[in-house]
Amino acid sequence: MEEYIFLLQVGLAVGLLALGFVAGKIAENRHYRSIREREQRWLHVPAVTWKTLDEDRPVVYATLAIGAVVVSVDHFKRFLMFFRKIFGGEVHSYSSLIDRGRREALLRMKESCPSADLFLNCRLETSTISNGQGKSTGTVEVLAYGTAIKLSR
Amino acid sequence: MILTNIESVTGKQIIEHYGLVQGSTIRAKNVGRDIMASLKNIVGGELTGYTELLVEARQQAIDRMVAQAEECGANAVVNVRFSTSSVAQGAAEILCYGTAVKVR
Repeated sequence: MEEYIFLLQVGLAVGLLALGFVAGKIAENRHYRSIREREQRWLHVPAVTWKTLDEDRPVVYATLAIGAVVVSVDHFKRFLMFFRKIFGGEVHSYSSLIDRGRREALLRMKESCPSADLFLNCRLETSTISNGQGKSTGTVEVLAYGTAIKLSR
Repeated sequence: MILTNIESVTGKQIIEHYGLVQGSTIRAKNVGRDIMASLKNIVGGELTGYTELLVEARQQAIDRMVAQAEECGANAVVNVRFSTSSVAQGAAEILCYGTAVKVR
């Protein structure tokens, strides 16, 4: 009886890992496809980090634009992190998480103000979400904000 | 009310300064969203519940800052910054601050 329970526990853990790996991979690929497609669409609206406007045309309005997203790694990557912590080195599996979050937040900022011509002084801010015991859960919030400028034609 | 995160409102001129205005809110996440998030954690990706929670909280912080600016008689807040800090287990403070000005 005890062996069955043990097998069940191992099976469940492996099953969750497999689910995390497969579903996580599919979700990530789909997200990246959507990001690339939207980045192409918003390519004509630059988001810049400087504060001054180098244009002769009069400004119609200037307003704050904000985009935020909370992203999390899948179960499989969290499992990989366990081994990575033993040997150290760069954590490739987590860099895609941050990359997705930053690009998504920036896109949401642009989408929140669709009529703008450019975004000045764009800032990215990242904060970790912990589970309350001071342990991070591999979840980050990325906030992107800037000043949307609309120029008259 | 015009909000920007640069030192001026582009296309307008600042005629009066009223100093720093701020708005903040402290939010705790609720259990329902926590359970959904922990399920979503297996697959990874965006945790929509948390995104909504933080967007809502940030909007409230902005609203409070704007209310304070209106009290001063300002019509714009420039150089707006955001900051997040955790005050207690499972709770976070979202702070939003800027300089209230009058523009023309």
